[in-house]
Amino acid sequence: MKTLGVIVNPIAGIGGKVGLKGSDGLEILKKAREMGAKSDAPRRAQEALHIIAKIKNDIHVLAYPDEMGANECRQAGLEPEIIGSITSNETCPEDTMKAAQKMTERGIDLILFAGGDGTARNIFSAIGSSIPVLGIPAGVKIHSAVYAINPHSAGEVASLYLQGKVVNLREAEVMDIDEEAFRQGRVSARLYGYLKVPVERRVQSVKSGARSEQAEVEGMAAEIIAGMDADTLYVIGPGTTTRSIMERLGLPNTLLGVDVIFDRKLIARDVNENQLFDLINQHGKARIIVTAIGGQGHILGRGNQQISPRIIRLVGKDNLTVVASRDKLVALQPHPLLVDTGDPSLDQELLGYVRVVTGWEDSIMYRISDDAE
Amino acid sequence: MARQKKLLRDSYHQARWDEPIIFEMSVPGERGVLVPRACQDIVNQVGDGVSAIPANLRRKKSPALPEVNQMRVNRHYYHLSQETLGTDVTLGISEGTCTMKYSPKIQEHMAARHPGIVDVHPLQCPETMQGILETYYQVEQFLKEISGMDAFSLQPGGGAHGVFANASMIRSYHRARGDKKRTEIITTMFSHPCDAATPNTAGFKVITLMPDESGYPDLEAMKAALSDRTAGIMITNPEDTGIYNPRIEEYVKAAHAVGALCSYDQANANGMLGIHRAREAGFDLVHFNLHKTFSAPHGSMGPATGAIGVKEFLKPYLPVPRVEFDGHKYLLNSNYPESIGKVRTFFGNTNVVLKTYMWIMQHGAEGLKEAAICSVLNNQYFMKKIAEIPGVVIWYAKGKRRLEQVRYSWEKLKQDTGVGTDDVNKRIVDFGIEHYWTSHHPWVVPEPFTLEPCDSYNKEDLDEYVEVLRQISKEAYEDPDFVKRSPHKAASHRPTHEAIDDADLIAVTWRQYLKKKAKP
Repeated sequence: MKTLGVIVNPIAGIGGKVGLKGSDGLEILKKAREMGAKSDAPRRAQEALHIIAKIKNDIHVLAYPDEMGANECRQAGLEPEIIGSITSNETCPEDTMKAAQKMTERGIDLILFAGGDGTARNIFSAIGSSIPVLGIPAGVKIHSAVYAINPHSAGEVASLYLQGKVVNLREAEVMDIDEEAFRQGRVSARLYGYLKVPVERRVQSVKSGARSEQAEVEGMAAEIIAGMDADTLYVIGPGTTTRSIMERLGLPNTLLGVDVIFDRKLIARDVNENQLFDLINQHGKARIIVTAIGGQGHILGRGNQQISPRIIRLVGKDNLTVVASRDKLVALQPHPLLVDTGDPSLDQELLGYVRVVTGWEDSIMYRISDDAE
Repeated sequence: MARQKKLLRDSYHQARWDEPIIFEMSVPGERGVLVPRACQDIVNQVGDGVSAIPANLRRKKSPALPEVNQMRVNRHYYHLSQETLGTDVTLGISEGTCTMKYSPKIQEHMAARHPGIVDVHPLQCPETMQGILETYYQVEQFLKEISGMDAFSLQPGGGAHGVFANASMIRSYHRARGDKKRTEIITTMFSHPCDAATPNTAGFKVITLMPDESGYPDLEAMKAALSDRTAGIMITNPEDTGIYNPRIEEYVKAAHAVGALCSYDQANANGMLGIHRAREAGFDLVHFNLHKTFSAPHGSMGPATGAIGVKEFLKPYLPVPRVEFDGHKYLLNSNYPESIGKVRTFFGNTNVVLKTYMWIMQHGAEGLKEAAICSVLNNQYFMKKIAEIPGVVIWYAKGKRRLEQVRYSWEKLKQDTGVGTDDVNKRIVDFGIEHYWTSHHPWVVPEPFTLEPCDSYNKEDLDEYVEVLRQISKEAYEDPDFVKRSPHKAASHRPTHEAIDDADLIAVTWRQYLKKKAKP
């Protein structure tokens, strides 16, 4: 029998209701409560759990107490085993982290959590990618790709996974606000890591001859490598898609940072903006390879801020290669790829169409915008 | 007057025979036919009939064929046929993009029995098969008129095969001109996937255009992709969505402006016969699936013909041999040194070409146009009715008509009830309707289903189909689990995608089955 863990962040989304940017931090929370805000997370969690309740006899459910999961489970018709303890009405990020840890120690199969970017980040910092998780979207900020498109879908996918009908897992980005940029007056998301998320395939079965996403990404890596010039410096941006290039070259890589290769050899790991600028200046010819980060399609300005406006200008926008799987682009449409480099005039110059390398000798023309629409 | 007792066949129940595989029914020594021994006169003349075969070509062991008596074999295959649904017993409307039209039985009869086709061997000298060659020649003339192209080959054994041949001709054309940097082909997301896959196989890099908000391939994106590296564009129109691209000429002009060739995928040209021609749209190459638009039946890998047509300047690259007429007799001409060569054994699927010939001759030019008009009219009525069903969404080009097919979506049904297109597709069988075609990969339109009510179907057929979908939608809103557990009345149940995709679980021959079964 499979075991599901349920964690609800009972204050997720509370800030957004009253026009505040997020619900992280006690001050904001206090302010939001004073303004009479209520979180949607319990209701959204219930909606997902209601679907899971249909298979309640086939699964075991663990929940954190009271408003952090137990209440929602019961209201949806589940009879959860309660673990841990909280002080009701005064829950904090540490509770989410503890809950995830305790559930992981029990060796469960899936954590279903309701929250926003902060919640996903808490779970990631507590348990890394040790067990599969799935998010019920309930926060103000949803830059992270660990969430289902809506609560209903979260319940469906979780049910299918627990029944063994969905078996594929994907590494999905955990994004949250970049506090440093925020203090400088700029709202920007940072890539904090990857969680393993079950995915219901949105592709046809064998009849259409569909290749797996993994095979396509490997083909993409081969295509990029085959086109590499010996005299060019390659700046490899963060992400699992770009990682495949490094893996194929047999090079170590920095999942969340920028690596630099020359003549198919690694010459610098996890560089900062200054180091990158110096390296490119020394070598002259360079090409930047990035992928879309997170669920919103950012290719620049989210999770790869090391690749700054002055670096993009130095390399030249014609020397920017975007890579992504077909599935990722299809899931993104009709929304465009996004640039938010922090330099609006550069963003303007980058608008238009980019040829995204999607596989071996395979690419898709995709629109770049500076507005998510 | 209605010829059915009721539109919704809710009493339908498929047979389920628990039928073993024919090999499992084998009983040593049992025979279907007892072949008489040759009489002495014959033995005296030809020997034992085996020793004439060289020893190294003779098999050491008898073939491991099932040993089953004739009556049981007959029963076995009838049982299997009752566990399937095909176009002769159900509505072929389900198979959007496939144009499953009725193939008059006289065509089947001729192709299967007429001595002029069944007793002829393609290695005979051309003088002795003038009838077949004339059929080829005439069909080529018809297709030239239908498309406006200057020459056709009927050799490719399928639609994708035809597109591959077109990609090969594009390659040969540029090579012959010494233009070696043209390595790219542009196609669109809603073109048939072979417009991307086959040029890739022919050695090209493929660039795909996404649809814009209206569902058309993004023209600005295409202009951004075009360069002196572009060898050609290979696109379908109307695309899988059923949306006809009225600005097709602009795409063609933009491609020609950079020196690229334009290949028109008209695999299903059913909404266009006598109305729209590739030539007027400016295309250099075209292909038709004779097994779709021109009625020859298909499915389970054939038999098929991808007829490929070109403008005069590309004629030297067409496959050989070409069927020609010198004013007195028909002949096979292989003297085209720049040809891409032979793409299929002999000269292709002759029976499909014969059925095409018969179908066109039965209809005449006016009849072909009427078939196109009927298929488009059917689709307008059908789309209007289906759009009214709760849970159905039609993506793109709101308020605009589609030509002969529509890619619909159960996106809303899935959101509202959890019942998605795969679930509806299982339930539909409970009403005696064949599984529908969802979509080519990838599912750009979520929860897709693609229906094509071509010229063969009448209002009663369309109403029945709509009624079935309406009923399933109603069930999904009232009791979604009931739909998700379906089919309830079909021979086979719910094979999971994982099982279908798992190479270890798939066996296409008995020998493979035994091998895989023996594995721990």
